[in-house]
Amino acid sequence: MATTIDINNLPAINVDPERERMLREAELSLPLEYQAGWHDDIKPVFTTGKGLSREVVTIISKMKGEPAWMLERRLKSFDHFLDRPMPAWGADLSQIDFEDIHYYLKPTEKQGKTWEDVPEEIKNTFDKLGIPEAERKFLAGVSAQYESEVVYHSMNEDLAKQGVIFTDMDSGLREHPEIVKRYFGTVIPYKDNKFAALNTAVWSGGSFVYVPKGVHVQIPLQAYFRINAKNSGQFERTLIIAEEGSYVHYIEGCTAPVWSTDSLHSAVVELIAMKGATIRYTTIQNWSNNVYNIVTKRAVAYEDATVAWIDGNLGSKVTMKYPAVYLMGPRAKAEIVSAAFANSGQVQDAGGKVWHCAPDTTSTITSKSVTKGTGRAEFRGWLKIYKGCTGSVSAMKCDAMLLDKQCYSGTTPVIEVDEEKVALGHEATVSKVGEEELFYLMSRGLSEQDSMTQIVNGFIEPFTKELPMEYAVELGRLIHLQMDAAVG
Amino acid sequence: MTAVLQAQAATDTGTTTPTLLVEGLRVAIDGREILHGIDLAVSKGEVHAILGPNGSGKTTLAYALMGHPRYDITAGSVDFKGQDLLSMAVDERSKAGLFLAFQYPTAIPGVQMGNFLRLAVKSRFGDEAVKGFRKNLAERLQALKMDSSYMARYLNEGFSGGEKKKAEILQMALLKPEIAIMDETDSGLDVDAFRVVADGVNAMRGPDLGIVVITHYNRMLEFIKPTHVHVLIGGKIVKRGGAELAQDVDRHGYQPIIEELRARGEQIELPEEAGATYGGREESDERRDPFRSHGRTSI
Repeated sequence: MATTIDINNLPAINVDPERERMLREAELSLPLEYQAGWHDDIKPVFTTGKGLSREVVTIISKMKGEPAWMLERRLKSFDHFLDRPMPAWGADLSQIDFEDIHYYLKPTEKQGKTWEDVPEEIKNTFDKLGIPEAERKFLAGVSAQYESEVVYHSMNEDLAKQGVIFTDMDSGLREHPEIVKRYFGTVIPYKDNKFAALNTAVWSGGSFVYVPKGVHVQIPLQAYFRINAKNSGQFERTLIIAEEGSYVHYIEGCTAPVWSTDSLHSAVVELIAMKGATIRYTTIQNWSNNVYNIVTKRAVAYEDATVAWIDGNLGSKVTMKYPAVYLMGPRAKAEIVSAAFANSGQVQDAGGKVWHCAPDTTSTITSKSVTKGTGRAEFRGWLKIYKGCTGSVSAMKCDAMLLDKQCYSGTTPVIEVDEEKVALGHEATVSKVGEEELFYLMSRGLSEQDSMTQIVNGFIEPFTKELPMEYAVELGRLIHLQMDAAVG
Repeated sequence: MTAVLQAQAATDTGTTTPTLLVEGLRVAIDGREILHGIDLAVSKGEVHAILGPNGSGKTTLAYALMGHPRYDITAGSVDFKGQDLLSMAVDERSKAGLFLAFQYPTAIPGVQMGNFLRLAVKSRFGDEAVKGFRKNLAERLQALKMDSSYMARYLNEGFSGGEKKKAEILQMALLKPEIAIMDETDSGLDVDAFRVVADGVNAMRGPDLGIVVITHYNRMLEFIKPTHVHVLIGGKIVKRGGAELAQDVDRHGYQPIIEELRARGEQIELPEEAGATYGGREESDERRDPFRSHGRTSI
């Protein structure tokens, strides 16, 4: 699996007219009820409608003109999804209605929505965050176009010169099938969990990144900029491969609330860091508060490789997300820094997992959670050090801040160590926003809202400092908005 | 105005209306009354010292005036520049020109000093004030012998005693209050830091600022000469006078005052644990005052 691939020697596969014709045929051969999704205008719209079946899975694959192995994988995954019970732990997922969800929309479907459909509170938040008009429409799913597309294209040309592939996952499969086939599902097999099975069955969009040996990608790759690239699906699938000695920083999401009418977002993200490679993966997500956000994120880090998950979660109804790293080679490093904000009615069930499978490996898991109103935050950490992994060092730290009397914060760390010659640290703190802090700041003329913002931003600062400047600033503003209601 | 205040006003020159006028202030914490009717009038240009043993209610007075939510005002009134101070929120009091230098400044992790100061100045004086902020800050830092690296540190976190007090004085200098209450600003300072802080306060002293110095040692008052001295014992101001009263207390302690009051048949509440602190300089336990080992003449 650790074999390197010379990207320059792969056969180039371009989008060809023949494929377009086949797609058209596939669509026309569909049962009539599906064809009804077509609108007879310039922008064709297609959806499988609500609900999931083997047929729907087959259609998705055929619509995309996928190779047979992928269809087979999707179907196996679908069967496993049906067999697999809902997780018996974590947040309450009983309200998810799998039959009430669109599993596939052709991206242009998004343009069927109008600005008027977007809820007032989302529009207000855009106002307060000062998001430009063009971006607002995209973020609200009204427009699939974004003016930075030009920026994205010129950036992509520079990347291509270095042999870096940065595209959406559908194009990745089409244009680089050998790489995808080699790595897809190797870090997170479809049998991993029910939602990984669901994603593997119906995935669409997501990013495919390939960084050749020794290449340092200077600028962070931002999914935000590649807006028209079918990226913003409900079931996106992301695969990043960093070859030996390479470096890449990938950023997904943004702090503005992402409005979605469908209530389930279930992504799978797989990272592969070869010998001496570094992958940083930064996420900030702010789903609207009707969304179940259940994401499986996992990485493998080989000898001397480093993987950092920087994961910030605001919004959503329920988030369950535990970025994980397998440390497979000596001196590999994992860093997981997460921050979660749970406001009234929201559940943030997050944390991190690391498996030390080689000697002299290092891991840190740092979690910060803030709860307000009736919000709930649960930290789950899982650390495993296998026999023989001498010299391994791990530190797990989770801090919770409660802003109100009725909010809840819990911690469930699991630490399994089969080797004696290791160093381990675990620390958990819970703090309330004290009236002393508030009094002190207000005695300097800061309003209650400003004071709360300062205290909360200060608390999550270990997370914020990992972010690029513009994201850190936006996050600060967003926290300020969350602080507007009086503190109880 | 009460008789005491009228008497005080009569001895004052110039001003007729005090900037801060406290009348009959009673304050309770968790249902227990700590202050039993405080009268105090402070005008700009004056320096009032409030002396008293530990547990007499000095910090309670400071916190109640600044508006700490745990301190319940059960009676009395406070007028600040013609406004009802007690009806104002804590931040409004600050923006109106009241300042409290804390005895134990609260640490706020993750909040950078520089950003916090900018926000505080902006809150007090508006967006315009932020323009000259950097230059103003640099000057103040230099005067207080503070390195600019302070600005990247987190507010009061891991600060030494001296650093905390300097940071309080820095905030006071930037916020330019009209009335500043300094709660035990001299405690926890080594000799050098004490001098820097005292110089810092003296530099601000002038016709635009009224200062209330709360202390239980006289040494602060040797550097910041008070115009008025009040002795607070058992939640009441039991004696008032000029700078000479502070010297009396320093020399003989509170015991003579307490005995005098008892002789007049007045009820005085004394905190149990504070018994040892009523002695004056001659009688007091030298270990209580770290300055003794440095020698008083050195500062």
